[in-house]
Amino acid sequence: MTDERVFEETIAKDQRVEPRDWMPDGYRRTMIRQIAQHAHSEIIGMQPEGAWITRAPTLRRKAILLAKVQDEAGHGLYLYSAAETLGADRGDLTRRLIEGRQKYSSIFNYPTLTFADVGVIGWLVDGAAICNQVPLCRSSYGPYARAMIRICKEESFHQRQGYELLMTMMRGTPAQREMVQDATDRWWWPSLMMFGPPDEESPNSAQSMAWKIKRHSNDELRQRFVDMSVPQAEALGVTLPDPALRWNPGRDHYDFGEIDWAEFKRVISGGGPMNAERLAHRRRADEDGAWVREAAAAHAAKRAEARA
Amino acid sequence: MSFDDAYDALTDHDDDARWAYGTGFSDPLAGVPTAVPDGVDPADLAAYCLMLGDDALVMSHRLQQWVTRAPELEDEMALANIGLDLLGQARLLLSRAGEVEQAGIEQAGFENAGGPARDEDALAYLRDPADFRNVRLAERADEDFAHLVARLLVFATWRLALLDRLTSSRDPVLAAIGAKGVKEATYHREYAAGWVVRLGDGTDLSHTRMRAAVDAVEPPAGELFEPHEVELRLAAAGVAVDPSALREEYDGVLAEVHRVATLPPPPPFEAATVGAGRDGVHGPELVEILNEMQELARAVPGGVW
Amino acid sequence: MSDEIRHEWPLFEVFVRAKRGLNHVHVGSLRAADHEMALHHARDLYTRRNEGVSIWVVRSDDVVSSGPDDKDAFFAPSGDKAYRHPTYYAIPDSVPHI
Ligand SMILES: [Fe+2]
Ligand SMILES: [Fe+2]
Repeated sequence: MTDERVFEETIAKDQRVEPRDWMPDGYRRTMIRQIAQHAHSEIIGMQPEGAWITRAPTLRRKAILLAKVQDEAGHGLYLYSAAETLGADRGDLTRRLIEGRQKYSSIFNYPTLTFADVGVIGWLVDGAAICNQVPLCRSSYGPYARAMIRICKEESFHQRQGYELLMTMMRGTPAQREMVQDATDRWWWPSLMMFGPPDEESPNSAQSMAWKIKRHSNDELRQRFVDMSVPQAEALGVTLPDPALRWNPGRDHYDFGEIDWAEFKRVISGGGPMNAERLAHRRRADEDGAWVREAAAAHAAKRAEARA
Repeated sequence: MSFDDAYDALTDHDDDARWAYGTGFSDPLAGVPTAVPDGVDPADLAAYCLMLGDDALVMSHRLQQWVTRAPELEDEMALANIGLDLLGQARLLLSRAGEVEQAGIEQAGFENAGGPARDEDALAYLRDPADFRNVRLAERADEDFAHLVARLLVFATWRLALLDRLTSSRDPVLAAIGAKGVKEATYHREYAAGWVVRLGDGTDLSHTRMRAAVDAVEPPAGELFEPHEVELRLAAAGVAVDPSALREEYDGVLAEVHRVATLPPPPPFEAATVGAGRDGVHGPELVEILNEMQELARAVPGGVW
Repeated sequence: MSDEIRHEWPLFEVFVRAKRGLNHVHVGSLRAADHEMALHHARDLYTRRNEGVSIWVVRSDDVVSSGPDDKDAFFAPSGDKAYRHPTYYAIPDSVPHI
């Protein structure tokens, strides 16, 4: 059997492609790009919530938030690790991120204005991430699928802590309830954008579906997310900021309003409120740490020489 | 796999044999008796718990400030772990302080007897700088990563020696906190020592920076070994640790780390400074920390989180 | 050209034993300057939730693996030896404990 046949059969039989298998160049490139963007999103995604760790209003919330943001660093590492099995180098991927040559999820280009944002990010942003990621646990590339299983398990803690925080705040003062509603208003539409452009404008999707890198279309996942979120919003007592949102018994789904795709394009291509700051922050950490990483490498080389 | 419910979908994979996934979490104070030991002044014990708790809380805050700024992602993980360990110790110690303080109030029959004890959050968020009892070392800002690891080495070496002795405290709660903390501080010291060695014996640049860091951080550390009267009274009662007894272990560890790191021997301590953190005398750095930490909690009176 | 940027630290593969009685299982990789650091990093990254009682780290470039091309020579010869597997043997359901 030719390499290509073996690859195609592996995909057809729903088995996993593993690092040393032959794979088409396009598959490898797509996989590296997707995993790297995903990894970058986890790392940049530490910043909006990371800003609230030192200001968390109780020690319990502080511990939860610190553990959560730490998990996101871990997710980034699991994913970079998966990308490295395809021959990518983390140093190179980091460079591409901070030079703006590789993208990350546009959701992290919005600011976190109040502590309710921490709760809403857990509920909606991590919730949307789970919707996107659970099907990826069956992605055709083995190391990616395995990383996703681990990540999804940890994400479920993220979503629940966020929702629990919001439930608690809704039992608090009127000002706190307003904070929750305001944060919901600001994050709802960007969360829907996390599923990517509508299917008819998503050019790479067909190939990714054929390779079983992706298992569901953007619009399909978005609809699931809306259907899951509406009853959660009701239980919480907040209003989702979409007058068109209503149950459609004919479709057995919620209908929802038009997404502002012009805003999506503006934010993903660098025009969001926080793009420049997020990248600058990451670049600064990388540059400020260079002398430390170099020193450790130099020390390891000296040690190895002394042993030899 | 269905994903109508994300959690259901995940349970397909709950295969612990294949996927290592956490089990066996435990409460370090489960079953530990909480009565104040005989012959011990509750006010002293509460003050002592605040000292050790504030050390951990303030040091943890400085580590939290490194999140998203560490030199490498793996170090994000490590620094967050250390920050979480110290935050956990702080919560246990502040809770104990509040509980013991209330026991003292009951015992003395003060007016506020029968009221609720101050909990960890009341103590962390509603005290002013002069009521904090942490050592000054904990509040210092880090100029760079070398300063952080120098400070962490001093702090963790001293705290490990202290917690180790605390495991035989007559107060079972302090003994249990000591036992939990020893495992944590052992790792903190190892992490810090590893980095001091790598930076000291790394490149010319890192050597220069590491040297500047230990020269800035180590001389004022004499405060760590000067006993406060509360510590002396409680040490005599077999409850607390007299910090002057920790000096030998500290000196030995620091000298060895400096040697391996190709740094000159540790510089001598400076003469005692004007005021001590244990008496509530702090620099502007603690004010800045508390402004940040307490801002939101104080801005929403009656808020629940 | 920036395509040649390599990370300053080498890559290590990490294996974790979840509990006594189980094998070490490969869980992923990480970057570290040396083995000691790799062990520390592995502890912080892969055992945050009590997932392990023991860790191995191995430099990725020290791992020698069978390639997909060796697959037939390595693994096919055992494919016809079903008699090594318990299910090969038909035992009536009425026989207990076997
Ligand atoms: Fe994540
Ligand atoms: Fe998350």
